[in-house]
Amino acid sequence: MTEVLSEQMGRGSHGGALLEVDNLHVEFRTRAGVAKAVNGVTYSVDAGETLAVLGESGSGKSVTAQTIMGILDMPPGKITGGEIRFRGVDLLKLPDDQRRKIRGEGISMVFQDALSALNPVFPVGWQIAEMFRMHRGTSRADAKKMAVELMDRVRIPAAKERVNDFPHQFSGGMRQRIMIAMAIALDPEILIADEPTTALDVTVQAQIMGLLAELQRDSNMGLILITHDLGVVADVADKIAVMYGGRIVENAPVHDLYRDPAHPYSKGLLESIPRVDQKGQELYAIKGLPPNLLEMPTGCAFHPRCPYRRDNCVTDVPPLYTISGTRGSACHYWREVIDEGER
Amino acid sequence: MKANAESILEVRDLVKHFPLTQGIVVKRQIGAIKAVDGVSFDLHRGETLGVVGESGCGKSTLAKLLMALERPTSGSVRIHGRDITTARGSELKRMRRNIQMVMQDPYTSLNPRMTVGDIVGEPFEIHTDVVPKGGRRRRVQELLEVVGLNPDHINRYPHQFSGGQRQRIGIARGLALQPEIIICDEPVSALDVSIQAQVMNLLERLQNEFDLAYIFIAHDLSVVRHISDRIAVMYLGKIVELGSDAQIYDGPTHPYTQALLSAVPVPDPEGRETRQRIILQGDPPSPANPPSGCHFRTRCWKAQDICAEQTPALEARPGSDHPSACHFAEARDVVNAQ
Amino acid sequence: MSDPTATQDLIKGAGEPTASPVAVRGDRRSLWRDTWDILKRRKIFWISFVMLIVFLLMAAFPTLFTHKDPEYATLAKSMEGPSADAWFGYDLQGRDVFARSVYGARTSIIVGVLATLATVLLGGLTGVLAAYFGRWIDAVVSRVGEMFLGLPYVLGAIIILGTVTPAQSNPGKAMIMAVVIIVLALLGWPILMRIARSAVIQAKHQDYVQAARALGAGPLRLIFRHLLPNSLAPILVYTTITIGSYIGAEATLSLLGIGLRPPVISWGIAIADHASYMRTGAHALLFPAAFLSLCVLTFVMLGEAVRDALDPKLR
Repeated sequence: MTEVLSEQMGRGSHGGALLEVDNLHVEFRTRAGVAKAVNGVTYSVDAGETLAVLGESGSGKSVTAQTIMGILDMPPGKITGGEIRFRGVDLLKLPDDQRRKIRGEGISMVFQDALSALNPVFPVGWQIAEMFRMHRGTSRADAKKMAVELMDRVRIPAAKERVNDFPHQFSGGMRQRIMIAMAIALDPEILIADEPTTALDVTVQAQIMGLLAELQRDSNMGLILITHDLGVVADVADKIAVMYGGRIVENAPVHDLYRDPAHPYSKGLLESIPRVDQKGQELYAIKGLPPNLLEMPTGCAFHPRCPYRRDNCVTDVPPLYTISGTRGSACHYWREVIDEGER
Repeated sequence: MKANAESILEVRDLVKHFPLTQGIVVKRQIGAIKAVDGVSFDLHRGETLGVVGESGCGKSTLAKLLMALERPTSGSVRIHGRDITTARGSELKRMRRNIQMVMQDPYTSLNPRMTVGDIVGEPFEIHTDVVPKGGRRRRVQELLEVVGLNPDHINRYPHQFSGGQRQRIGIARGLALQPEIIICDEPVSALDVSIQAQVMNLLERLQNEFDLAYIFIAHDLSVVRHISDRIAVMYLGKIVELGSDAQIYDGPTHPYTQALLSAVPVPDPEGRETRQRIILQGDPPSPANPPSGCHFRTRCWKAQDICAEQTPALEARPGSDHPSACHFAEARDVVNAQ
Repeated sequence: MSDPTATQDLIKGAGEPTASPVAVRGDRRSLWRDTWDILKRRKIFWISFVMLIVFLLMAAFPTLFTHKDPEYATLAKSMEGPSADAWFGYDLQGRDVFARSVYGARTSIIVGVLATLATVLLGGLTGVLAAYFGRWIDAVVSRVGEMFLGLPYVLGAIIILGTVTPAQSNPGKAMIMAVVIIVLALLGWPILMRIARSAVIQAKHQDYVQAARALGAGPLRLIFRHLLPNSLAPILVYTTITIGSYIGAEATLSLLGIGLRPPVISWGIAIADHASYMRTGAHALLFPAAFLSLCVLTFVMLGEAVRDALDPKLR
């Protein structure tokens, strides 16, 4: 971080969390119409904390992450409202050069598909070293040495010998490690991991999640884990934001959400997981389809699929009701959802 | 989901090696990828055999071999006693009626330039004697109804449907010829979580209704367990363990099965701090150059000298009640122990 | 499985398709009928269609457009500019430029369309065969194609045309045109072969082709129902561009004195004859060139409209 920026965003000089997304709205202008991808998302993450953003395709979870990183394609994307505060400063109002500085040094990101995120024509060591040369102006030799150290840190065996290998020479799990090495190269304070293990096999997935947890512990990073996998979330998250139709429908500490979900959608997801004692029985299935972003349902976006629906769900958009200091649910009937327990 | 004893599919010593060649004009074989390397199992009428394994274990190649989309290097696949791997021409075409498949990706498995009616009706155009020409359209609409789609949507194109609906179209196509066996190659892994359960329920209902036998290939162990009567675990082209769902999940004897089950994240945060995990080191070796003896020995914590020298046979050993390809097979409950 | 009532409860969970309906009528649809339905609604299709009709009429019945004799030369009027008498003026030999442009349409369009047709048939067929059967057929077709592709276009044309119809010989109109068409197709097919081959190879690995194979579909069904419809877009685009570029190539060959030549009348010859009079008599060059450009534009627009209509996703 440059001098200017550090002054501007001195540690602890602001009241809120390390990173706060506040009432963010993002749209895509397409030929077929305006797709409202993110409709007022609010969440925050602090140093050392793991926030899991849970949602299906089209829920807006990745778009929110791309907006935080400032890598959203605009157009067709357009930010129509809200703030993203990092250390109290609104990133959306920063000029491009300062934004670029924060990318990598303040906030960085790991993508799902490591093969396409790495440049196939450069050795991996060179690509990691480039981070130091670009942001810090480190000399070629030093940067390479630091790249080897990083590859060691993400447990790539024989890092010294492999530093000149190309991305295709690595397995999927190793490539994801290289991506992680690049992401943590500049000691970011926030790491966003967008489906980091979805493309990986189960046994390799466990390794990568373990590595992420360890890195987070060592450097006290804030981690935003974007995923659709309820198992992964249960394993590592401190708190969860469940997204549906571009909104946060529930946020809660991890134990609370799994014990008694307060939104019909989160509840439906949890109940549709095949369980041992249900063998041979019909699975609980949320009926219907995820919403079409071009034609969002009126009122609560989940109402066409919701077993708790009443008349006002069709007309009134539910705010994120506060359940307790750390919990919220965007359902008019959250009390009922909690009280009813398991169906 | 009762399983009759009658075997309708018998797979024996199935091997598929893809040659690795060098040179453009004169091709020289420099090795082989042993995608499927000696697989044997039976499938009974009306049962579901789950096949689990990680990428590169050969489960998709196995599906292609069973469907006669690839010719095996050796071995046989017998459907009602007749070998589909050696069948040709009209005999092969006739045998195909009995074995169909549902594919993983609902976005690439349907021809984007054909209407739903043409896609589901194509089996009848190929096998013209199944349904007379005049009745085909009606039949396609019935099939759409069976899989829970609106029969009036027969003239729509695949892109007008969501992923889950497209998967239903693929299932309708698979059902059209009334096969006894359907191979499901990762049928729900490309779908959203909330849609997966819908498609799983559909598959189970169709099984009961039409007495179908499934080979259910997947990497998601909780999904496989839910639907399968028996489960085969594959690693680098071989079946390493084969047993009933309870045998595999409650008392796995092969270290790889134990590691696989242990690695699956449990969707329950309670007690996660104390959970014991078997975390395997490294990645699976390349199927072009698998380790000698037991393929799993390079990642196994139990490996000894014998593992490098002798390939363990898939057989029941003292202390276990089902076949396992490990010299030191020993039941260990990794799921409930957590 | 024929009892729909027993399966009503299966419908649970299946919603309505999200997209708007294209055709929810009871009659059976096919790709070609739907394509036509879409085309009917496209303005660009009708514009290019009308232009195409005009050019085709011009080629078939030039007397509908002009009463002048394109061969009638009045040397005194050489390079005279446009006037009420001759809208486009007179060319180097004092012939009416408008009349010659109208009469040139026939040759230019015949050469362009037939040469393209030959290219598409030759290149498309070899490309599909190479991609579908692979192995040695692919190797042979690809290598032969590369050999032809390695020939410099102009050099190849000079050698062939110079041998078959040398400048001092006096072949008939039809003979010259036929030879030019064959030369263009012979030198142009490898590009189309490669486009068709790569498009089919791409389609071949799609799951729906595997699914059709698993149903027992034979090669003809695979090629005509699955591979070709999904490989058509790039072939069609290149085809429309080719018509234009062949009409232009015909002009190039004429310019070099080895392609079409008098007594044939064509836009290419007109452009070639007046290429060096750009500054003194641009009209004699520009009007035939404008006809050529409009004709090329017509085919390109038509091709684009058809390609879009063929893709159900763009509907």
